[in-house]
Amino acid sequence: MSTRSGPVLSPEPSTVLKPQTGEDIPRPAVTDLSRPFWAACHESRLLYQYFPASGQAQFPPSPVCRVSGSREFEWRESQGRGLLYSWTVVWRPQTPAYQVPYAPAIVELAEGYRMVSAVVDCTTGDLAVGMPVEVVFHEVCEGFVLPYFRPAREVAR
Amino acid sequence: MSHPYERVMIAGAFNTQQARRLPGHTSATIALEAAQGVLTEVGVPVDEVDAIFGDFCGEIAYQLGLPAVSISGSGSKGIAAVLEAAQAIAARACDVALVVAGGAGHYADREATAPWTRPANEWVASFGLITAAEFALIARRHMAMYGTTPEQMAVVAATIRNNGHVNPEAVYYGRGPFTAEDVLASRMIADPFRLLDCATTSEGGCALLMTTPERAADLPYPGVRILGGNTDRMGPLYQYPPAWDLTAARVDAPPNGYVGRRAAQHAFKTAGLRPQDVDVCEFYDPFSFEIIRQFEAFGFCAEGEGGEFVMNGRIALGGEYPITTDGGTMSYSHARTPQLLQRVARGVHQLQGRCATNQVEGAEVAMCSNGGAGALFTDVILLGREL
Repeated sequence: MSTRSGPVLSPEPSTVLKPQTGEDIPRPAVTDLSRPFWAACHESRLLYQYFPASGQAQFPPSPVCRVSGSREFEWRESQGRGLLYSWTVVWRPQTPAYQVPYAPAIVELAEGYRMVSAVVDCTTGDLAVGMPVEVVFHEVCEGFVLPYFRPAREVAR
Repeated sequence: MSHPYERVMIAGAFNTQQARRLPGHTSATIALEAAQGVLTEVGVPVDEVDAIFGDFCGEIAYQLGLPAVSISGSGSKGIAAVLEAAQAIAARACDVALVVAGGAGHYADREATAPWTRPANEWVASFGLITAAEFALIARRHMAMYGTTPEQMAVVAATIRNNGHVNPEAVYYGRGPFTAEDVLASRMIADPFRLLDCATTSEGGCALLMTTPERAADLPYPGVRILGGNTDRMGPLYQYPPAWDLTAARVDAPPNGYVGRRAAQHAFKTAGLRPQDVDVCEFYDPFSFEIIRQFEAFGFCAEGEGGEFVMNGRIALGGEYPITTDGGTMSYSHARTPQLLQRVARGVHQLQGRCATNQVEGAEVAMCSNGGAGALFTDVILLGREL
């Protein structure tokens, strides 16, 4: 028999969502292109790629702008505020390293880009498409910081 | 104007045994068994094979003792491999082509989800974005936009699982019957998907034999025409956010939520057909919502109406558009790459009138699909019975 947690037939809407913790959560395979993003996470700053030629915000970062084809970009700091674009709650863990439930999500940032993250510091019953959220950084294990999102404490304007 | 695939015929389709596990098999050995199986079934001597597409092309050529053959140049799978083979035959690069797939031995650690459902990409891996979650993010957005319900998805899942329940070749044969209520009572996996909304995992092999109409005329089963088909890609699998509204950068084109629409429109145009002409829908069923999405993407119903469209028996055997009649990935089998080819194999068997269970009587046109918006791709093919 499996040692993981038993079947969840009727998930409690009051279940609190927490960030992941532990050495076994897979770390991102950082590239030369993405290194500034992950380094900034350690300083609790959320960066995104900005292309001056087109005025486009882009995420995840790519070598070229999807709109203009330009290779000239800068890293800008996001205010970390946006809306919950879509969400799910995973009850069957990817591996035993993941504590369930957790809530992978797509967040639409105010600067005009979308990113994959997960929602924390609320209950599963709180999740709703369009909910205002804000970034919160969490150290998964020593030297490994991920940007999560939580319900916004002040409504983004 | 002549049809692009007028020189092409699918002469046979063969599935090996499918099972949760096939002890002693690897993907390569079960693929080889599938290749030999289709040759035996159709009665084509092995030395006539001059092209191999899909999995293990070079390995199979060697194992079968063939001289130099043409192979897949792209590593394409499923419908994409069938279309690649068709294009090679049409271009007279070859006359007798195998399209082969095998999947076994990948999934050993049952404490984790299947390895191919765990994207390793930098931007998703750390957030535990299993494949079910990728597709759930698509379904959730559609629910928010159009009011699509878990009950409508459950009808899809129950319909497909009941097709497999009566198919003795299905891995989950005899496990039903299922009602929508049964689906809604199963445990939650990735909200809104419950266990019975999701594909299973299993092992097996599948192969098609494709040739010319002249060669096919001498073979035992009716030949099946490729009426049209194409592939749609919005990006690589499981790297970018699976957003419904992901769009092209500079032109007005369907968003990722309707990936497959361009391919379907192209296929229908090539065939000179409309969705209403399709007799059986061998659609890809990784998750229940995908069927609802495909009916909208392919033009069977209007945007946002897919949830209502699947209700009231329309997609069941005897309905207007019977779906995934072997039980699909939810019940028949879900081996890593064969499941992509098996939608085509089932369409071939339907048009040949060879299905022991769930035969759609008089079926003349089958539409088969692969992929989904959670994975930023959808491929389609239209098959026709040779009349």
